[in-house]
Amino acid sequence: MNRTQHILPSGLVFAVGVWVTWISYTQAPAEAFLFPRLIATVFLVLAGWTFAKALMGKSKVGTGLSRSMMLNILPGLAVMGIYVFWAAKAFGFYTATIVAFFVLLSLYDPASHRDARVWVKRAVITAGFITVMYALFALLLKVYTPREILF
Amino acid sequence: MEFIYYFGDVFSPLSFMLLLGGTIGGLILGATPGLSPTMAVALLIPFTFQLEATQGLILLGAAYTSTVAGGAVSAILLKIPGAPANIATTLDGHTMAKQGHGAKALQLSFLSSAVGGIFGVLLLIFLTPVLADWALAFGPSHLFWMAILGVTVIGSLDSASVVKGLLSGCIGLWLSTIGFDDIMGAQRFIFHPSLGGGINIIAALIGLFAIPQVLTMFAKGRNSGAAEVIAVQKHSVLDAMRELIRRPRALTIGTVTGSIIGLIPGVGGQIAGLVAYDQTKKFSPESEKFGKGHSEGVIAAESANNAMVGPSLVPLLTLSIPGSPTAAVLLGGLLIHGIFPGSDLFDNHPEVAWTFINSMLIGQILMCLFGLYIAGFAARVAQVPQSVMAAVVLALSVFGAYSVQSSMGDVYVMACLGIMMFFFERYGFSAAPLVLGLILGPIAEANFIQGSMIANATDGLTTYFLGGALNKLLIIIVLASIAYSAWMELRPRRLQAPADKTEART
Repeated sequence: MNRTQHILPSGLVFAVGVWVTWISYTQAPAEAFLFPRLIATVFLVLAGWTFAKALMGKSKVGTGLSRSMMLNILPGLAVMGIYVFWAAKAFGFYTATIVAFFVLLSLYDPASHRDARVWVKRAVITAGFITVMYALFALLLKVYTPREILF
Repeated sequence: MEFIYYFGDVFSPLSFMLLLGGTIGGLILGATPGLSPTMAVALLIPFTFQLEATQGLILLGAAYTSTVAGGAVSAILLKIPGAPANIATTLDGHTMAKQGHGAKALQLSFLSSAVGGIFGVLLLIFLTPVLADWALAFGPSHLFWMAILGVTVIGSLDSASVVKGLLSGCIGLWLSTIGFDDIMGAQRFIFHPSLGGGINIIAALIGLFAIPQVLTMFAKGRNSGAAEVIAVQKHSVLDAMRELIRRPRALTIGTVTGSIIGLIPGVGGQIAGLVAYDQTKKFSPESEKFGKGHSEGVIAAESANNAMVGPSLVPLLTLSIPGSPTAAVLLGGLLIHGIFPGSDLFDNHPEVAWTFINSMLIGQILMCLFGLYIAGFAARVAQVPQSVMAAVVLALSVFGAYSVQSSMGDVYVMACLGIMMFFFERYGFSAAPLVLGLILGPIAEANFIQGSMIANATDGLTTYFLGGALNKLLIIIVLASIAYSAWMELRPRRLQAPADKTEART
C-alpha cells in the first residue's frame, strides 16, 4: 500500500478537524459550543498526529484498496449512488428498488450472462424479494415511501 | 427475585411469536457469512417501530442471542465464521465436520451456547439491580466520565490503531453535536439541510454497519461463488449431551471466561471465544488434540461467545453506557421508544427491563432447540450468493433508514456515512467507537453542561470534574485503557525490530 493511500483519508480527517475546531471557537453563542470545543481540541490533536504519521510514511494500519478491488466496487457503487441519491425519490422506492436490485444481481452474479435461464432466475428472485419488501413495509409496517411511478 | 413476576409477559401470544421469529431468523442470519449480529440487529430496528417497547426489545434480544450462536453453523460446515465471535469455533468445529462429525459439532455448539448463554443471562439478572442501585450515587461529572470511558475503551481496544480508534470516537462525538443545541437553540455544523434535525442514530447505525458490508461484497466481484457445505450425518442429541457432561472443564472455562469478558466494555465475543479456547487448551491434558477436531475446542469457544451476551448488557442497562456495538444498537432500539436506560430503568419501566431479560433467558433455550433442527437448513441459506445478499442488504438499509422518520435526509445520511466508513475502515479507522461516540455524545454533553453549571456555582470546573475518588478512578481507567492498548500496539513492533536486525545480519 503506498503512502498516498494513507495521506488522502488522514488529510481529509485532518481538514475536517481544522474546520470543526475553527467553527467551534469562532461561532456564537459560545455556551452552545462549549462541548464541541472540548471535542474539537482532542479531534484536532489526534487528526494532526495521524496526518503527520501518514506524511512521514509511518502509517501502516489497514489493508488499503487495491486496483482490482476498486474496479469491482465501482459499478456497484455507481448503481448504489444512482439508486439512493436520485432514483428512489424520482421513480419511487419500489420501482427504483426493482431496477437497482436486478442490476446489482446481474452485475455481481457469477453465473453466465448468456444463459436465458439465469436471467429468468434473476427476474424471479427480484420479483420475490420486492413482494416480500412490499408486504413488510407497505402492508405490515405501513411505511409510506415515495411512489412516483408504478407503485 | 422481581424478575420472576414478569415471566408471564414473555408468553403472551405476540411476544412469544416475536421471540420465536427473532430466534429462528437470527439463527439463519447468523449462519450467513457477512451478516454480523450488530448489522442484523440494526437492520431489524425499523421492524420494531410499530411494536411496544417490550416487544421490540424481545425481537432484538432474540436476534442478538441467536445470531451469535447461528454463526457457528457456517463456521463448522463452511469454515467461514458467521461472525467474528465464531472464529475460535472454526478451529475444531470444521475439522470435526470434515471427519464426519459435523452433526456432533453442531449439537455441542448449540448445547454449550445454551449453557453459557443461560449463565450469562443469570449474571445479568442478579448483577444488574445491584449495579443499578450503586449507579444512583453517580452525579453529572461521573456520568460524563463514564460516557468518555465508553468511547475510549472501545476506541482503544476495538481498533487496530489506538490513535485512529480514539479519532473515530472523536468523530462520532462531533457528529452527535450536529443540529440544534438543546439549551441555546443555536445551529451547530449544519452544512446540509438533511442535517437540520441532527444525525438520526438508527439511520447512522444502519449505514455504518450495513453499507460497508455491501461494499465488501461488491469488492469480491463476480467470483464470489458459494462455499461447499459439508454434509451432516445423523447423531443422537443424547450422546452430545453426555459428551458435554463429560467435558465440564471446557464448559466451565468457556462460560466463566465469556461472562467476565462480557462485563468489560469494548471486548467482544471474538476475544471471549479465542481466550476461552486458549485457556481450555492450556488446562487440558489432551491439548495436542486441539485444532485436530477436539470437541473441547467447540465447547469452550461456543459457551464463551454466548456467555458474554448477557453480561455485555450490564453497563447498558445500569449506566446507559453500551459496552459493545450491538449493545449500542439495542440502546438505539430503546431510545426510539422513549425509554432511557440507566439506574432508574428498573423503577420506571420494570416490565420492559425484566421482560426483555427474561425473554433472553427463554431465548437461549429456544435457540438451542431450533438450532439443533434447522442447522442444516441454515447452512444452505448461508450459501446464498453474495450478489443476492448485497442487493438484499442494500434495499433493506434504504427502506430501514427511510422508515425511521419518513425522511429522505436519513437515507442520504445513512448512505454517506456507510460509504465513508467502508473507505476509512481500509485505513484503520473503526465503526464501533464512531457509533459509541455518536450515541454517548448527547449523554456526555448533557452531563458536561449540567456539571459545568454546578461547578460554576460551587468549587470550579477543575475540582468538580477532576476531584473526588470516583472521578479519579474513572479517569485512571480511561488513561489505563489507552496506555494498555498503546503498549500492546507498540510491543509487536519492538519485538519485531530486533528480529529484523537479526535477519539483516544473517
